[in-house]
Amino acid sequence: MDWNQFLFVVFPYISLTLFIAVTIYRVVYRPFTVSSLSSQLLERKQLYWGSIPFHHGVLWILLFHLVALLTPKVLLLWNAVPLRLYLLEISGFILGLWALVGVVFLFWRRLTVPYVKAVTTRIDILVLLLTLISMLTGVLTASLYRFGSVWFTGVFTPYLWSILTLQPCPELVAPLPWLIQLHVFNNFALLALLPFSRLIHILSWPLDYLIRPWQIVIGMRDRKATK
Amino acid sequence: MDVRTHMSMIFHLDKCIGCHTCSVACKNLWTDRKGAEYMWWNNVETRPGTGFPTQWENQEHFRGGWERKKGKLDLKLHTRLEGIFKLFYNPSLPGLRDYYEPFTFDYQNLFNSPKKDVQPIAEPISMITGDPIDIETGPNWDDDLGGSNIYAKNDVNLEDLPQEVREQMNELERLVFNYLPRICNHCLNPACVAACPSGAIYKRDEDGVVLVNENDCRAWRMCVAACPYKKVYYNWNTGKSEKCILCFPRMETGQAPACAHSCVGRIRYMGVLLYDADQIPTAANVPDDELIAAHREMILDPFDPKVIAAAKENGIGDDWIESAQNSPAYKFVKEWEIALPLHPEFRTMVMMYYIPPLSPVVSVTEKSLFRLDLMQEDYDFELFDRLDAARLPIKYLANLFSAGDEGTIRTVLRKLLAVRIYMRRKTVHGKVDSVSRKTLAEAGLTEEQAIDMYKMTTLPTMEERFVFPNYHREMSIKAILDPLTHKGEVGLGYIQQPKRGE
Repeated sequence: MDWNQFLFVVFPYISLTLFIAVTIYRVVYRPFTVSSLSSQLLERKQLYWGSIPFHHGVLWILLFHLVALLTPKVLLLWNAVPLRLYLLEISGFILGLWALVGVVFLFWRRLTVPYVKAVTTRIDILVLLLTLISMLTGVLTASLYRFGSVWFTGVFTPYLWSILTLQPCPELVAPLPWLIQLHVFNNFALLALLPFSRLIHILSWPLDYLIRPWQIVIGMRDRKATK
Repeated sequence: MDVRTHMSMIFHLDKCIGCHTCSVACKNLWTDRKGAEYMWWNNVETRPGTGFPTQWENQEHFRGGWERKKGKLDLKLHTRLEGIFKLFYNPSLPGLRDYYEPFTFDYQNLFNSPKKDVQPIAEPISMITGDPIDIETGPNWDDDLGGSNIYAKNDVNLEDLPQEVREQMNELERLVFNYLPRICNHCLNPACVAACPSGAIYKRDEDGVVLVNENDCRAWRMCVAACPYKKVYYNWNTGKSEKCILCFPRMETGQAPACAHSCVGRIRYMGVLLYDADQIPTAANVPDDELIAAHREMILDPFDPKVIAAAKENGIGDDWIESAQNSPAYKFVKEWEIALPLHPEFRTMVMMYYIPPLSPVVSVTEKSLFRLDLMQEDYDFELFDRLDAARLPIKYLANLFSAGDEGTIRTVLRKLLAVRIYMRRKTVHGKVDSVSRKTLAEAGLTEEQAIDMYKMTTLPTMEERFVFPNYHREMSIKAILDPLTHKGEVGLGYIQQPKRGE
């Protein structure tokens, strides 16, 4: 087994298996441990400069990745006009940079503020480190290997689909520069870490809040209807 | 009519001596844990004062409760969409500084210190970081008006009082305070429930207790900000929100909540209130001066056959209805109308009620001097006719208990005073004269009511103060399940340790 086989076939499958199995176990059997573990109560000034840029940046970036994975044609059609391509690339780059700045703030805060250190575990540091690498390699890739939104659909869309459909094609990723390979490997590592860390809060999407009734009443007694 | 039941607590503030036994009982039972050190599910504040957390009533700052916007009731904290966008950082969340940094003392140093020329000391250390700290504040830092020109002066409820009254309240001869014990109000229109993006907070149907399902809580912390009473707390260790549970495990076994049970002044009463859930949306959405009336309207008469029929239709058992008929809460809130909600203008429709205090010592002004040596009958009637002479300004009480409406407070205080005058005649003088009867009538009370109020205030037994219905928890168990399964589902002890996730 060569390195490519391990890094881009075996490891992704290990990550995916851990991600699915452990996440289900934790959400179903250990729901108390699922939390975003906010530390805003203990420290809020630096959190403001870290959390908001990071989350808003990374959400859009992930959304772009998802669009490229699910509907590559839409992306290619959008990029057909150069102006639109530049617009997408520039906004993607800025959002990535924004997220990077956020994660640097968060990392700095976690290492230096005593109140935050009191609620910091080793796995928190690992999560931040991998996230930092992810953001850094992502931003560098976007600036050094133009234009990501064009070649992504030719390389990563088929590669990720090959993984998901259980017909892995590591040869798609093998010839890429090491920086991009690191980005891929690192993100699979993050995926593996997700169910073991606070990252599991990524899966909480409280969107039903937008439509649910304001009040929730739960009782043991049989009741005609509870409003 | 949608009749539902609620366990309600009454606080008789005239009887509160500010001993904090309730707070300590609660702390020992529920919040003596890592991450919960700073929480006081039950706390007692000195009023005037800034309370806990500091200035919690200032909703321009903390944005708790509900707000009427164009005739519609909305959270003051956020719209639903804003709520989603504020998940990552919640600007209205109180910080640890707004509470206090929990501390202990390094007692080990007293034993381990090397030999020195000076005595070793137990240095204060933070219970969060473990580092030595300078204690700058703590719970009840302004107890009994300690530092009142820093704390009491900043009481939000003093804001619309005339400047000279405010200044007088700072003069040594005029200093006046009362205590305000607070627990979660277990509201009918709770803002914490409405603000929770995860839908983890809910109201129990059978007794109205508002609970956090910590398995669903994801630490978005909106509940902490949305509660106008700041009675939901965030546990920084477990990453879950926590709040007063009204000691429901005790109530289900017929015991009063720890705070009420341990109350030295016996100021607390508990009982069932029947209310009409259909009226909640309308009653929460009336102008400020109609809030108290709408709130009282929503509480139903447990003797009314129509109410009883509707209650039975809703599956409420006979013993609960009977309990509601014997409830001291019903007497204070609805029959005598002397118990008022705390800050009804927050529009969460609280279900814990306060009987506002008569001033601690009655005094009158004479040639702009205060006289305390008046004949009793003189100052009794003096105050009854001129409540503005009360040492605690009526407006201040009105800001606390009736959304600024002084009329409501005057009515309540008149009733309390009339009973006091009437009973004094009866027990001290041995006979009731026409003047005190007239006073009683003017206050809107009959003699029987006055005697009932007197008995319930001064002489109640434990069974009269706490009237608990049978919860029938055994009925909620599915009889087809293995008894050993039930054993793991109810009772004491953790099924899983509440351990912090990574």
